[in-house]
Amino acid sequence: MKSKKHGFLKFLAVITVLFCFAAKGYSKEPYKIGAIFSVTGPASFLGEPEKNTALMLMDQINKAGGINGHPLEIIVEDSKSAEADAVLAAKKLLEKDNVLAIVGPSTTGESMALVPVMNNAKTPLVSCAAGYPITNPVNERYWIFKTPQYDVSAVEAIYTHMKKHGITKVGIVTIATGFGDAGRKALLDTAPKFGITIVADERYGAKDSDMTTQLTKIKAAGAQAVINWSVGPGQVVITKNWHDLKLGIPLYQSHGWGSKKNIELAGKAAEGVIAPLGRLVVWDKLPDKHPQKALLKKYESDYKARYKGEPGTFGGHAYDAVMMVVEALKKVGPDKAKIRDYIEKNIKKWPGTGGIFNMSEKDHCGLDMTAFEMVTVKNGDWEILK
Amino acid sequence: MLTVLMQFLFSGITVGAVYALVGLGFNIIYNATSIINLAQGEFVVLGGLLMWFFTESVKLPFFLSVILTLLSAGLIGLLMERLTIRPLRGAELLVMIMITVAVSIVLRGLIMFKFGKDPYGYEPFTSGEPLMIFGAVIQQQVLWVLGITLSLIFLVYLFFNKTMLGKAMSACAVNPLAAKLVGINVSKMIMISFVLSAILGAVGGIAITPISLMEYDKGPALAVKGFCAAIMGGLGQGMGAVVGGFIIGILESLTAGYIHSGFKDAVALVIMLAILVFKPSGIFGSKSVMQVRKF
Repeated sequence: MKSKKHGFLKFLAVITVLFCFAAKGYSKEPYKIGAIFSVTGPASFLGEPEKNTALMLMDQINKAGGINGHPLEIIVEDSKSAEADAVLAAKKLLEKDNVLAIVGPSTTGESMALVPVMNNAKTPLVSCAAGYPITNPVNERYWIFKTPQYDVSAVEAIYTHMKKHGITKVGIVTIATGFGDAGRKALLDTAPKFGITIVADERYGAKDSDMTTQLTKIKAAGAQAVINWSVGPGQVVITKNWHDLKLGIPLYQSHGWGSKKNIELAGKAAEGVIAPLGRLVVWDKLPDKHPQKALLKKYESDYKARYKGEPGTFGGHAYDAVMMVVEALKKVGPDKAKIRDYIEKNIKKWPGTGGIFNMSEKDHCGLDMTAFEMVTVKNGDWEILK
Repeated sequence: MLTVLMQFLFSGITVGAVYALVGLGFNIIYNATSIINLAQGEFVVLGGLLMWFFTESVKLPFFLSVILTLLSAGLIGLLMERLTIRPLRGAELLVMIMITVAVSIVLRGLIMFKFGKDPYGYEPFTSGEPLMIFGAVIQQQVLWVLGITLSLIFLVYLFFNKTMLGKAMSACAVNPLAAKLVGINVSKMIMISFVLSAILGAVGGIAITPISLMEYDKGPALAVKGFCAAIMGGLGQGMGAVVGGFIIGILESLTAGYIHSGFKDAVALVIMLAILVFKPSGIFGSKSVMQVRKF
């Protein structure tokens, strides 16, 4: 019996060795990164492209020989859009898989829930959510970074554009979800700085089918422009309502507007809508020497070829998060503290999908309003406003 | 000021028509089985998405698409009844209702796998500018929804009151045993009621998708408001669901317009509760019928 058992063990050992060689001759052990995304649940519109992007990058990097010869392993966990599940997933990744860093989660709430977990584990987190408190105050967010632009930056981009066109009285309409709440707060807080008065502050539900009431009220309140802050079908419905009502005042959308699908669904109603968008959707209209152009082109075409859909701004957040960690791993190796330091000190003038990042001790996001282009819809396509 | 009020009313009518159509679907199954089919919202979603699939993806002509959509929805309603309700015949009513919740979750999952999480939409039935009445705007598609809702109420009324099949169906709900004793095929009636309400839901979906777009998880939101419309008007009363739907829609819109849009759902639902406190059987429901029925 004993010899038989040994024989089996030997057999296993041989097989394992053979497999190691078979796997493209990797002799070095893999670098493990955790990823927590809202693949299912209400925030799945974020989590799905993020997961797809992370897996695509993993395959591409491994095909090209891994990171300094180490294969990259991204372990994706589904947080089901819930804080508790995100924390459980993080604990599993940290304790069982011993990951070197975590990318994600997809939403601000989940990211906030992970702040103490990551600080205790002394492991870097690169969040894919936009909320301001994720990375602020910076001294309490030593291990935390994020890749999406701040909501405030999108608001500043809109207000700057308005100021240039002499708009001072604005009506806002926001969706009653976390995304809308954060946008509404940023819109209200930032307005005084630009000399803008909010004359109407309206809300609507995520599944509402008509917003003409809100728009009529905004117009009656004397607004010179409407800002809608939402993601999902609401922004299309409101665009159609705005067009039908012939309000005669411009409609601004948030940075959630950046999907060709919205233009298709809204049809000719979308003409003239203005929004601050990341450059991912307008890469083909950028000058050739723009530092983001080449990577945006490659990312979008790779994603489309593999998944038959647009990556959208959200997939891009995961792209930036994964690539930052990968670059750090390449330069400093599998050391959590050094990875953190590298991201903070060396991600400078670093072109990503979301903008050109400039991380620092004071800013763990590294993007401001210059990450956005003001984009309008013209003849069913995006057009960058000068 | 009149223009603004008119616009609020039109917005309320637009939303109310959607609720009314969904509410009507609840009534049919309720009238035949006393079951509240909480998967009704998913049939509305199916209607909209299948219609998109046939017109935009397969590129079939409009009427053919409508027929195919209704047939597919009817088939799914039939399968639902055969696979989940029939094997449990004789179970508690409450268990049956829980089963419909399960079906709605399964259906939503299947729809998500097929269509993904994006919203879908297609062109309104008739193209052209929205109509202007007293300076307020109403979309042409809303008129279609109104017309379809009203004709459906009429048809449903005729069916339950003037045809043998419809009367037999109502008899099943009131007392299945007695219905069986007088020779009504109860299980067939229940099956037909599921097919009919699936089709009715799909009609709603087809009509409202050009206005509100449709995505896989819109069902529960529609079902809740449609259900409110149905109980407000009196469960089982075709006209009741419609009146209930319009009342809720218009209240929501007026609240959003004159108080604040953040309160609109709350105010509409509070008024619904108030009506039910003073008249538990709903606006059109009768007290004596309520006592006979289990729900």
